[in-house]
Amino acid sequence: MDMHRLTVKEIAQGVRSKKFSALEVARAFRARIEKLDQKVNSFISLNTKFEEAASAVDAKIANGEDPGFLAGVPVAVKDLFCTKGLKTTAGSKMLSSFVPSYTATCVERLEQQGALVIGKTNMDEFAMGSSTETSFYGGCNNPWDLSYVAGGSSGGSAAAVAAHFAPVSLGSDTGGSIRQPASFCGLTGIKPTYGRISRFGMIAFASSLDQAGPMGKTVDDCSYILDGMCGPDERDSTTSRKAWEPVRDSVKRSTKFRVGLPVEYFKSAADEVVLKAFWKCIEDLKKQGVEFVDVSLPNTPHAVPVYYMVATSEASSNLSRYDGIRYGYRAEPEGKEWGSLEELYSKNRAEGFGKEVKRRILLGTFALSSGYYDAYYAKASKVRRLIRQDFMDVFKSCDLIMGPVTTTPAFKTGTRINDPMKMYLNDIFTTSVNLAGLPGMSIPVATTESGLPLAVQIIGPHFAEKNMLSLALEIEAISGFVGKVANGLQ
Amino acid sequence: MLKKEDVLKVSKLARLNITDEEATEYGAQFEKILDYFNALVSVPTDNVEPLTTPTPVELFLREDEVTQTNTVEDITSNAPDLRGNLFKVPPVV
Repeated sequence: MDMHRLTVKEIAQGVRSKKFSALEVARAFRARIEKLDQKVNSFISLNTKFEEAASAVDAKIANGEDPGFLAGVPVAVKDLFCTKGLKTTAGSKMLSSFVPSYTATCVERLEQQGALVIGKTNMDEFAMGSSTETSFYGGCNNPWDLSYVAGGSSGGSAAAVAAHFAPVSLGSDTGGSIRQPASFCGLTGIKPTYGRISRFGMIAFASSLDQAGPMGKTVDDCSYILDGMCGPDERDSTTSRKAWEPVRDSVKRSTKFRVGLPVEYFKSAADEVVLKAFWKCIEDLKKQGVEFVDVSLPNTPHAVPVYYMVATSEASSNLSRYDGIRYGYRAEPEGKEWGSLEELYSKNRAEGFGKEVKRRILLGTFALSSGYYDAYYAKASKVRRLIRQDFMDVFKSCDLIMGPVTTTPAFKTGTRINDPMKMYLNDIFTTSVNLAGLPGMSIPVATTESGLPLAVQIIGPHFAEKNMLSLALEIEAISGFVGKVANGLQ
Repeated sequence: MLKKEDVLKVSKLARLNITDEEATEYGAQFEKILDYFNALVSVPTDNVEPLTTPTPVELFLREDEVTQTNTVEDITSNAPDLRGNLFKVPPVV
């Protein structure tokens, strides 16, 4: 049996019913990683206790205990989530030897349901980037074509699933970091409503935007992971108190939605190939009975500048904790001893952070500095409210919104890394969703002529994940994308 | 608008050493980014409250129970330089 092609449900059921053991599943995935990941570079480190954890699941089953609904399911975890006893680097030299003393709530919950952390995936340094090229551990290649980027910042998590190194993975999405790599790698990627998933143990980039979420080959695979992770957490006061109602096997495909198409999304610089795939999907959905209406989100052009001002400001504050005193990279003094504490901080940070992270810390520090705060950070936060209001107004007359995920399919490695503005502008369709705290997801629908995946995005009102998933199941059924396999590794 | 000196001043605030060349490079990039941002000046925001958290936060308290986490061993296990169970830093006074 080809274990790599099994769905999350098939693995969990197979393990629970003893059709195969969790250890057999674990070994099959590990063997594939060892054979092929050198071409992809999707993992920063592998979990040395992975097989041990798989055996523990098997032992539970042998003892007649309930192993959980994710029994034996390997999960590739972005190296941004703290894992007790397992190195967590955030893609940075700053944390190259950091071993957390606790596990992120969302990972802990998956483990409680029998899921197994197979390894920690490559990412842009501190999630700052759109191509995984800012990783201290080298870039990550797209399994559909190895000369292309896997996207970012959760590029390793996307590539690992596309390469069948794990059935499903965890990413984080601050401005599109789950949805964009998912779209580049032909996966479904979900950013739930802000507050649905605890951020405890997730290394902070921009706290009011960051949200964890799953990436997988099917909507169902992601639903299983959502059920494992979502819900209130007393360790993160920004999680919503709303209970998460399970979605796996209960949410059904549906067409009974009124879907808004924001006119502003189609005035922008999206490539023709992206728009063609998008409109084909809309036509197909119309035939199935989905109703579409034109809507307007007039503040759309402001989303990217507002996003970069808010995200860099929050980042400069969040990353001030990396001083190299209690943990993290420690530089050597110029002389025999450090002259002052400031000298120690400044050198640790200069050597521990990469270029993009420094750029954002400096920009954020500037935006928050005396004399500029009102003009930049405060102004951005006000326009942010207008952006959210646009969505709230539109959701009075429609159930969901659809649009592209990115302006282009995956791009070639090295083509954008030296032009920050060009890299930032690619985020035009994703950042507003984070600014407004809405749930959004990327779902693959087609490939380009050269075989790179193309996707569409669904955006829902706050806490309307169920409707979003229903429509996604419909798109998945009519696009026929599931089963298409990344062939860059063959 | 953003001179090398301005970038160097910001780098001091951020406790982040950068070279003169880096300051010049970042300065040019920031100018481009800030120019782009300046388009927002024309967006009317009088009487608009800043939005800092996108979904309503219902503050809550957890039970005040004793747990065995964050022990001294845990907290100090990643420290680059320790004396006993204390973090070692350069003289500050």
